[in-house]
Amino acid sequence: MTTATHTLPDATDENPGGPFALSHLDALEAESVHIFREVAGEFERPVILFSGGKDSIVMLHLALKAFWPAPVPFALLHVDTGHNFPEVLDYRDRAVAEHGLRLHVAHVQDFIDDGRLRERPDGLRNPLQTVPLLDGIESNKFDAVFGGGRRDEEKARAKERVFSLRDEFGAWDPRRQRPELWSLYNGKHAVGEHVRVFPLSNWTELDVWQYIEREKIDLPEIYYAHEREVFARNGMWLTAGEWGGPKESETVERRLVRYRTVGDMSCTGAVDSDAATIGDVIAEIAASRLTERGATRADDKMSEAAMEDRKREGYF
Amino acid sequence: MSTDLHTNSTAPASGENPFGEEASATALLRFATAGSVDDGKSTLVGRLLHDSKSVLADQLEAVERVSLGRGQETPDLALLTDGLRAEREQGITIDVAYRYFATPRRRFILADTPGHVQYTRNMVTGASTAELAVVLVDARNGVVEQTRRHAAVAALLRVPHVVLAVNKMDLVDYAEPVFAAIAEEFTAYAASLGVTDVVAVPISALAGDNVVEPSAHMDWYGGPTLLEHLETVPVGSDPSQEPVRFPVQYVIRPQNADFPDYRGYAGQLASGVLRKGDAVTVLPSGHTTTVVGIDALGRETDVAWAPQSVTVRLAEDIDVSRGDLIAGGRIPVPTKDVVATVCHLHERPLRIGDKVLLKHTTRTVRALVKEIGYRIDIDSLEQRSGADGLSVNDIGHVTLRTSEPLSLDDYTDNRRTGSFLLIDPADGTTLTAGMAGEAFDTVAVDAADEEDWV
Repeated sequence: MTTATHTLPDATDENPGGPFALSHLDALEAESVHIFREVAGEFERPVILFSGGKDSIVMLHLALKAFWPAPVPFALLHVDTGHNFPEVLDYRDRAVAEHGLRLHVAHVQDFIDDGRLRERPDGLRNPLQTVPLLDGIESNKFDAVFGGGRRDEEKARAKERVFSLRDEFGAWDPRRQRPELWSLYNGKHAVGEHVRVFPLSNWTELDVWQYIEREKIDLPEIYYAHEREVFARNGMWLTAGEWGGPKESETVERRLVRYRTVGDMSCTGAVDSDAATIGDVIAEIAASRLTERGATRADDKMSEAAMEDRKREGYF
Repeated sequence: MSTDLHTNSTAPASGENPFGEEASATALLRFATAGSVDDGKSTLVGRLLHDSKSVLADQLEAVERVSLGRGQETPDLALLTDGLRAEREQGITIDVAYRYFATPRRRFILADTPGHVQYTRNMVTGASTAELAVVLVDARNGVVEQTRRHAAVAALLRVPHVVLAVNKMDLVDYAEPVFAAIAEEFTAYAASLGVTDVVAVPISALAGDNVVEPSAHMDWYGGPTLLEHLETVPVGSDPSQEPVRFPVQYVIRPQNADFPDYRGYAGQLASGVLRKGDAVTVLPSGHTTTVVGIDALGRETDVAWAPQSVTVRLAEDIDVSRGDLIAGGRIPVPTKDVVATVCHLHERPLRIGDKVLLKHTTRTVRALVKEIGYRIDIDSLEQRSGADGLSVNDIGHVTLRTSEPLSLDDYTDNRRTGSFLLIDPADGTTLTAGMAGEAFDTVAVDAADEEDWV
């Protein structure tokens, strides 16, 4: 515990706050921490959706800061598609152990095994996450569910609220969402309903990366350039593995790649990259001419309204 | 893996950064747009995103594909911002959408609000967090009823800066007199509402004049482009000039071996600068005590300021909980009688005698709607008396009685501690947005003149 020394700028016309100006990262961090604490104050059983991806890792980091020196008063929930990167599962388990957290895992495989879900012909498992997610929320009676969704990710999300009401089917009705004013979040809901909460709503991909750099947050190594056996499908580099690739017609090659997002192996593509450090990654993103999802997620390319439809079904 | 919470929050970013070394220290500006249906607002927002290089290749490809499919020769930039299927089908914008972009100088959050008459509530919503509002007019039509309404909403919500963007200058031959007349009329109207900071910019969103790039057609205009103004307008206020307001969100008590006696009050400073050693008052109880420590998210500090989220430790072990306000400087007097200007947000009307929940900062109490003094005609700013209820998009003057005392400031003094929501206790619906105290100067009129208010 050290006392910080601030190097404070002088007041200028552009910056009337003078020594009391905040950088954009400080402003975003203060807002996200405020959101975590509001939920802790207003809900009985909140849970953080934790995938081991960078956004959920930043969420956890913010939650740790929000309640320091007390432990995070929320459990974690992970929906395991069964096609996760081993590096990510390993990271998840280490984070849980290090911070004394409680982890709930909902396995897609369990639902396929007992017939509640059927494997899709294309092998994609991301669309199958909704049922286990809602089952996990319902069986644990979670009333607030933190997600790492950001409003810059996709057009349908631009209208998402920080507090997003879901009915007993987990569905999102754009016309039932409440106006959200100032920093007054309304978490009132009926029994059986729950509220999805998005503390990173106002962050962009670049903000997240800059924050990871500033806070020196460790990430699963697949976010940085590494050599990997991949094959091309739908214009993306997919990882060869037991989940269903490569097919006969697809050729495996060894390439230097990194992942911009981390999801299910069957639909998360790698990009060619030699970015070995976080500074390299930030430079690459800032110069990139493809959005995060456009480059690396097959599931969002399904249709222009894909995300909107899946939110209505209770997906994030 | 280590989660080191002891980072110095002002450390500059390292590494090669195309935004330059300043990237970690740019300020954040939240602003809102408002414009009538055909003023070209979607095109303006699309142009801002496109010309500031915030539109990425795959997004632009999608827009080009759809535009070509409709037989348009150039990409329709308005398509960049139309999000929901219902809107794409109807070609309208039905709600507040948030857009994000950055330049080397600043990070922006844009609350993009529709401009139809029935969507007053959406502009109120977007303006509630905005430090600047862009009001768009069509150069051919000048200041119309909707323009005055947008200015009034910006004034009501106390948005500190207003920009008048006079669009479609290409359709009036880029004529200076047209622009000058509109700017003069709008500035005078805004001044009557108490809005003193108005900057007018002549633009063509379609052609790109003065949005991001300076116009080659308007040599007579010597001011900044719209984006330049957004990059340089002052952000925030000086918290050292404000009284301390710290609504308590949550009590942090680890009760573990390392921190057996730690008791901290977590919250976000709504205004002011708080220092270790400061004398403060806890409201509504009125107990006075001293700040013995401030923890800024895992590290100790001697000073914190709005809008930082911190944890405050106090000298005496007094009873402080969520919903209390730690205050310094001029102390508000807790009251159960709330007089406010409100905007009603829901199709379900608000009536005299309604029992609602009132959410103010971190405190939610029961409240009774005692009086609805008058509605404000947002176009003429005239008071319309005799209302027994408020309909959706109505702005009115109400008196409420609460079950417990609230530590309110006037909204004109403090947007965070002067604002509140009314919530339906039956299903949690957000009904009404409230601003404590009086709005701007409205004109009382004789009831006999109110034949159009049935």
